[in-house]
Amino acid sequence: MRVKCTAANVVNVSKLLASQPTDRPRRIGLFVTCLVDLFRPSVGFAAVKLLEDAGCTVEVPALQVCCGQPAYNSGDRATTRAIATQVIDAFEGFDAVVAPSGSCGGMLAHHYPGLFEDDPALRARAENLAARSYELTAFLVDVLGVEKVTAHYPGIVTYHDSCSGLRELDVKAQPRRLLGSVEGLHLREMTAPEVCCGFGGTFCVKYPEISNAMVGDKADDITGTGADTVLAGDLGCLMNMAGKLQREGRQVQVRHVAEVLADMGRIAPIGEPDEER
Amino acid sequence: MQSTAHAFKENVGAALADPNLQDSLAKLKVGFSERRRQAAERLPEFEALRDRARDIKNHALENLDFYLEAFERKVIALGGHVHWAPTAEDARRIIGDLCRSVGARTVAKSKSMVAEEIALNDHLEALGIAPIETDLGEYIIQLRHEPPSHIIAPAVHLTKDQVADTFFEHHSKLGFTRRLTERNDLVAEARHVLRQKFLDADVGLTGANFLVAETGSSMLVTNEGNADLSNTLPRMHIVLASIEKVIPTLEDAAVLLRVLARSATGQESSAYTTLNTGPKRPGDLDGPEQYHVVILDNGRSAVLGTAMQDMLRCIRCGACMNHCPVYGAIGGHAYGWVYPGPIGAVLTPQLVGVEEAGDLPNASTFCGRCESVCPVRIPLPGLMRHWREREFERHLTPRAVRQGLALWGYLVRRPALYRRVTSMANRFLALFGRVEGRYRALPLASGWTRFRDFPAPPGGGTFHAQWRRRRR
Amino acid sequence: MSDARSTILDGIRRSLRRGELTGAARDAAEMRLAHPPRGPAVARAELPQEQRVALFCEWASFNNATIARVGSDDVPSEVAAYLARNNLAPTAVMAPSAVLDRFDWASQPMLSLRRGRAEAQDAVAITGAFAGIAETGTLVMASGPDHPVSLNLLPDTHIVILREPDIVAGYEAVWQRLRERYGKDHMPRTVNTITGPSRTGDIEQAIELGAHGPRRMHILVVRE
Repeated sequence: MRVKCTAANVVNVSKLLASQPTDRPRRIGLFVTCLVDLFRPSVGFAAVKLLEDAGCTVEVPALQVCCGQPAYNSGDRATTRAIATQVIDAFEGFDAVVAPSGSCGGMLAHHYPGLFEDDPALRARAENLAARSYELTAFLVDVLGVEKVTAHYPGIVTYHDSCSGLRELDVKAQPRRLLGSVEGLHLREMTAPEVCCGFGGTFCVKYPEISNAMVGDKADDITGTGADTVLAGDLGCLMNMAGKLQREGRQVQVRHVAEVLADMGRIAPIGEPDEER
Repeated sequence: MQSTAHAFKENVGAALADPNLQDSLAKLKVGFSERRRQAAERLPEFEALRDRARDIKNHALENLDFYLEAFERKVIALGGHVHWAPTAEDARRIIGDLCRSVGARTVAKSKSMVAEEIALNDHLEALGIAPIETDLGEYIIQLRHEPPSHIIAPAVHLTKDQVADTFFEHHSKLGFTRRLTERNDLVAEARHVLRQKFLDADVGLTGANFLVAETGSSMLVTNEGNADLSNTLPRMHIVLASIEKVIPTLEDAAVLLRVLARSATGQESSAYTTLNTGPKRPGDLDGPEQYHVVILDNGRSAVLGTAMQDMLRCIRCGACMNHCPVYGAIGGHAYGWVYPGPIGAVLTPQLVGVEEAGDLPNASTFCGRCESVCPVRIPLPGLMRHWREREFERHLTPRAVRQGLALWGYLVRRPALYRRVTSMANRFLALFGRVEGRYRALPLASGWTRFRDFPAPPGGGTFHAQWRRRRR
Repeated sequence: MSDARSTILDGIRRSLRRGELTGAARDAAEMRLAHPPRGPAVARAELPQEQRVALFCEWASFNNATIARVGSDDVPSEVAAYLARNNLAPTAVMAPSAVLDRFDWASQPMLSLRRGRAEAQDAVAITGAFAGIAETGTLVMASGPDHPVSLNLLPDTHIVILREPDIVAGYEAVWQRLRERYGKDHMPRTVNTITGPSRTGDIEQAIELGAHGPRRMHILVVRE
């Protein structure tokens, strides 16, 4: 039976963590995600900064690569299990595993245990990992109790709710809570922030026309808000939306929410050339 | 109905290029979901009812044989008949024979997805019996020789103008010579045309939302009243229902009804929810003389006891497709068979084979919106993933995908090698993308770059390379 | 066909990896049929009767029925007045019910009433109702010699005479009444639960009334 990482479960685990001695900082294993590693390292550094500012120590296990979702969603259970085992090994011993991604976070927190139905030992370890795996903003707000950040980002911002984060990990209010504390930032909601942007991992290249129709709707919704920036918590969604907005010449900056919260809002947005703004 | 699911990609191309369909879908994407949300908000017990509805269906499925037998006993005790149809062919034959036994020339039909599934209309026509679709949406598509595009709103893909054209084309020979423009006039004309057909029909054939074992009743949920006219005026009433429709009691029906209408159309209750139990009683002034229930298996019993069993909980509300962004982009016909949307993606491979319908469970982002609104909490993305696993096991996944995954899996399990490869790719992409910040075209990624730019990574290396440098 | 029957039932049992249902599981299923357990209680219509009646009227109006609250002496005059208000001929087919016969129809000599089932040319039907469901503004009709089903469906206008004590909270109360009145082994041929006039959303997802059933529904809610 899968342990759904609901808000209720998170609160229970946070009680568990809170009951640990508080004289030492929480030891976090950062799950970088393959997309951040390859395409936007600043997201990883933003996550580290936010966690360190909240009093944690952060390590980045070297043996991590991927959460296994591409294999999982393609039906290759054997490869998924192999990758998951690697992740379980790599993140042994950390108080919490935090990913700047709802889909990777969801994979660890929601789907890993079910991969090991026939291996009780591994299943137990997977459940242990699942119980201490989080998406970044949910961890900051729900577990660490962070209520505000020190950051400056003037402008109108809209927020896209990435599907896995929203539906598997109940990530909804937390990023908005933190964005509310960013100086100069004004949040304006889309008409349909919770509708899928059309990324879906391999879906966007296997069914590009459908993906294009979906991201087209999303792009219309974004520009309909009049926002100059769109944020989200998942790089796949962000690259998808950025790619569409830019192909159509729409003037909207695309950034990861961690970057804005960590006061890194001046680096080049996704898909724009490297230059200080 | 003949499946065209193997032509999914072509179907999708046609759907995306169809302006009338896209207009209709634009309305559908917003309307149904908003109405459902409001209905759910009006009922504080809604979530508890969904849990209970799931549990009722699970219990019924675990004891399906028992409840089917109990249902049959009650039907027979009240003067009705139960016919068992293991296959579509059996059901067609049984229904054809029943119609011929009363010399039927016309059959008034209310909307039935199961009847579509077994291609009943073609069979009746081959026997010289005319099936009259009486549900307005079904009537319209019958005139147009199209299949339904949605399980509760079969003509949802059409604009009002398309309906007006269809009526103008087919009703002029009946004396209606004006092309109408207003919706209410179109509805009134259809009502007029179909009225005499109800009165003349020899047989009424309906589906059933539920078969209630406790009382031997079939239960039907509609809005138009056509199903009730079909099962009251003709001399024979045939109910065609698949095995998983049976539920234990009227109290169970009450729970399911409460989540059904709200999930489907956002109504508190549909206009007509009808319980039919047997033929007319002595002293009744109207009603059918004969009541027959045809119970169809057609591959469903094989799903019980498997990882796919949850799909049999479906109560055919349509909420999943109403909320699905893929359905909202391509409409129902693209799925190529009777059941579209997320439930179609799961049920179609089961009933027509995954070789035929393999694209359907793959054409999903697993956004999970369907599961979040399913009144009986079917884990639709999980079931679609099961199909993908079956396809992978059977090597039905396209070769390029298998190879790509194999390569990815190989690299991912060798982190040091992975780091070297990705560092190279990262440097390469950063270097050639540094001027514009993005690529308009990229080898091996044409699926992406056909419609979108591809963001280039900034300079400086991968995260892991930078982390190693910083932490030295 | 017992062969086909066995094929299906055996197929089910094979999939569920058991034979016929026996033992505790069978007892539990038998018990469920004999004493149906209820689902989560819906609080909406659990109200004192006066408020329940008001809730019924509210929901029925929301679903495009019109309502008139009257005393039993005023039933015939309200029916006549309704037909006049809507420019309908004072002619109707009425359910041959002893309950309906007790109203003083003779006081409205202009009203021409035929008792029986509905025919194609009938424009107006008058019936009683087995019950009203306050939770959703739904009428419940039970078929019988005193209530032909065609009256609920064929004519364009349906006038329903519903007594206040027959307004209950939800479906569960209706099932209970049906079992008490008929016995669960002798349900009427048809129980129609009707919420507002006939409607369709099949053209451009916009609601139009009067698809095949009545276009107009007028409910007289009668104080005793």
